[in-house]
Amino acid sequence: MAGSTVAHDDHDHKPKGFVRRWLYSTNHKDIGTLYLIFAIMAGIVGGLLSIAMRMELQEPGIQIFHGLAAMVYGFEGDSAIDGGKHMYNVFTTAHGLIMIFFMVMPALIGGFANWMVPIMIGAPDMAFPRMNNISFWLLPPAFILLLMSMFVEGPAGAYGTGGGWTIYPPLSTTGQPGPAMDFAILSLHIAGASSILGAINFITTIFNMRAPGMTLHKMPLFAWSVLITAFLLLLSLPVLAGGITMLLTDRNFGTAFFAPDAGGDPILFQHLFWFFGHPEVYILILPAFGIVSHIISTFSRKPVFGYLGMAYAMVAIGAVGFIVWAHHMYTVGLSLNTQRYFVFATMVIAVPTGVKIFSWIATMWGGSITFRTPMLWAIGFIFLFTVGGVTGVQLANAGLDRAMHDTYYVVAHFHYVLSLGAVFAIFAGWYYWFPKMTGYMYNPTVARIHFWVTFVGVNLVFFPQHFLGLAGMPRRYIDYPDAFAGWNAVSSYGSYISGVGVLIFLFGVWEAFAKKRIAGDNPWGEGATTLEWQLSSPPPYHQWEQLPRIK
Amino acid sequence: MTNKLFAGLAASAMLGAGPALAAQPVDWQMGFQPAATEIMSQVRSFEAYTLWFIIPITLLVLALLVYVMVKFRAGANPVPSRTSHNSLIEVIWTLGPVVILLALAIPSFNLLTAQYSPPQADITVKATGYQWYWGYEYQTDNELSFDSIMLKDDERAGYAKEDVAAYPRLLAVDNELVVPVGQTVRLLVTAADVLHSFAMPAFGVKMDAVPGRLNETWFKAEAEGLYYGQCSELCGKDHAFMPIAIRVVDQAKFDTWMAEAADDVEAANRNLMAAVETDSKSVAVAANE
Repeated sequence: MAGSTVAHDDHDHKPKGFVRRWLYSTNHKDIGTLYLIFAIMAGIVGGLLSIAMRMELQEPGIQIFHGLAAMVYGFEGDSAIDGGKHMYNVFTTAHGLIMIFFMVMPALIGGFANWMVPIMIGAPDMAFPRMNNISFWLLPPAFILLLMSMFVEGPAGAYGTGGGWTIYPPLSTTGQPGPAMDFAILSLHIAGASSILGAINFITTIFNMRAPGMTLHKMPLFAWSVLITAFLLLLSLPVLAGGITMLLTDRNFGTAFFAPDAGGDPILFQHLFWFFGHPEVYILILPAFGIVSHIISTFSRKPVFGYLGMAYAMVAIGAVGFIVWAHHMYTVGLSLNTQRYFVFATMVIAVPTGVKIFSWIATMWGGSITFRTPMLWAIGFIFLFTVGGVTGVQLANAGLDRAMHDTYYVVAHFHYVLSLGAVFAIFAGWYYWFPKMTGYMYNPTVARIHFWVTFVGVNLVFFPQHFLGLAGMPRRYIDYPDAFAGWNAVSSYGSYISGVGVLIFLFGVWEAFAKKRIAGDNPWGEGATTLEWQLSSPPPYHQWEQLPRIK
Repeated sequence: MTNKLFAGLAASAMLGAGPALAAQPVDWQMGFQPAATEIMSQVRSFEAYTLWFIIPITLLVLALLVYVMVKFRAGANPVPSRTSHNSLIEVIWTLGPVVILLALAIPSFNLLTAQYSPPQADITVKATGYQWYWGYEYQTDNELSFDSIMLKDDERAGYAKEDVAAYPRLLAVDNELVVPVGQTVRLLVTAADVLHSFAMPAFGVKMDAVPGRLNETWFKAEAEGLYYGQCSELCGKDHAFMPIAIRVVDQAKFDTWMAEAADDVEAANRNLMAAVETDSKSVAVAANE
């Protein structure tokens, strides 16, 4: 018996020792696990930043940030107020960057896609395992650089970079001459390089390593979504890298790309930024689309409705996503005809998105639906993403956006599609694949409480922000006129409830590992048809030594 | 909370009904501020129009979700169908949204065109964003320029602006931008240091202030009153503390103010406030009689 176990381990080729297993890892599942752990930790940091902001905004006036600034940076007396005001901007900036680059992207692409795409397409691993390792290990230094930026000088006499995640010049150049901004730029460079390497890896893997018989048109939708996402990353991130490099040379080497006093133009940066930034928001949501498709299909015990339509809707969203960037810039002084074009192009995106929503519902139609936890999150995703989507259709109209731009209406919109869309899909994927990845079953009661607490919490946070935005409250404000107090208080209470939701989530993870309930190879039954459910839970260290054949 | 909600609604109703319309947010407000320009009226009605599409669509998705969750739950429907295609319905839900988008796009393009079709300008004002206040410059025969800085609570007495209802915290400024009612104001917007954005919700105006660029927009205020907006592009630590206040007065008062302001803006503002005060009292008396 003992002899056979040893032989099996040996056959497994699992590296011995912590450093070799995890630091030198070239195994897509181990790297995926590292990404997921990293995303959870970054998500906690980003979430704490947001709760601090909501605490500040719970009542009019400056409540906590002068105290925080005094505590963290050692400001004294009146200077603590100024330090606190800037610190608030640092928090909005860091919250945005962390949630995008260090939470959602690592969770969906680095985590779930790394884990599941090779398995789903019947490949033994990623195409470039060693590059996969460097993709992950670039992220922690990038994250550390961003955290460090919060503790070095930004504007004269204050710490951290407070230019928003959009880092528009001149606030990010002459407005904050200290090294904090350089730290943030370097952090983005490294995180961007990590993502580009990951994207190359996914494209190569998906194009070259599909199992025999798995044509692109038979490939699971999650793999489709990751393929499209990888192309968006590959095409958009170099533009960001170029933009922030120009920012860096403007700041340090006397160039004037964005400096009007030397012939540059700050608006150029906005075009470069949003040429990256708009595909980026689809990078955040497309893998979520893929995950939700599988979950809806599994728990309806039906194949995905309109598979080809679903796949090509994502292709369309990805393609059109590259030609709508200036709808983030309706108020910068674009010409009438430019605005007309971007209104038109932006509204086109509603069509493929509508196809997806209706196809998910049609997948459920006629199904035999069980409401296990992943399904709850997926159904929640469909509804909340619809809410965020329809406000997006409103914002697409430049004439109306004039009144909504840079208000809390926009904040509500993008949190409905990202915080209530992408994040719901992440939790859906987490509960869906947790038994597969760990071999253990989560506690369904804890998981359901996690869902309902989060559902109530996030809606309380973000729905009232629509009202604040319509009433005219601008975003990125540490203090607001007293009339906005009511809905801000509701929004803040919601964020505390959501924070409790995160604690329940963490408890659920701990509980599952403590109780070690064996999940079985396929806990979801006959509806789960993709290849990962044919493997053991957790899957063997190297899967598909015999390539699966797809009929 | 309910009381406050009703108070808020009542306040907004009063603001709408009063002769001197003023626009600032009210407690528990859920929609746009009352419109003080034709453009903002159009924005408001277009927003209401979009709601007629997006709320039913959201409710339709919700209703469909609830329907399938009830009708096709495993208990009620143990054997799933194997349907995975239906070309007709796929065409319908592709073309249906196209039609809806067309219905949205036509009034949307009209609104956008209206915003970019200014009437002949009667007066030109340049607004410059600074960290962290606004500077105004009237492009008129007598040169006039002044800065507009947020009023701190201990400065209220000096400007006779103790009334927080009319001069709310974070919105009140020392020197408002004064413009004549019913006249087309061409507004040039720029910035001296970093980006700012000139926003006046009741007018439907929002224009970024960009260093090195001179952006042009316009408004034509239809009712006298005191209107508030706030800087709408992140500009550093005091981004939340550089409000925009516009006082709309009749042409006679504007001319008087303009003449006086050339010598002493603060004195002209005090006289203007007194004149507006007298007017509103006489209106109130007339209403009582």
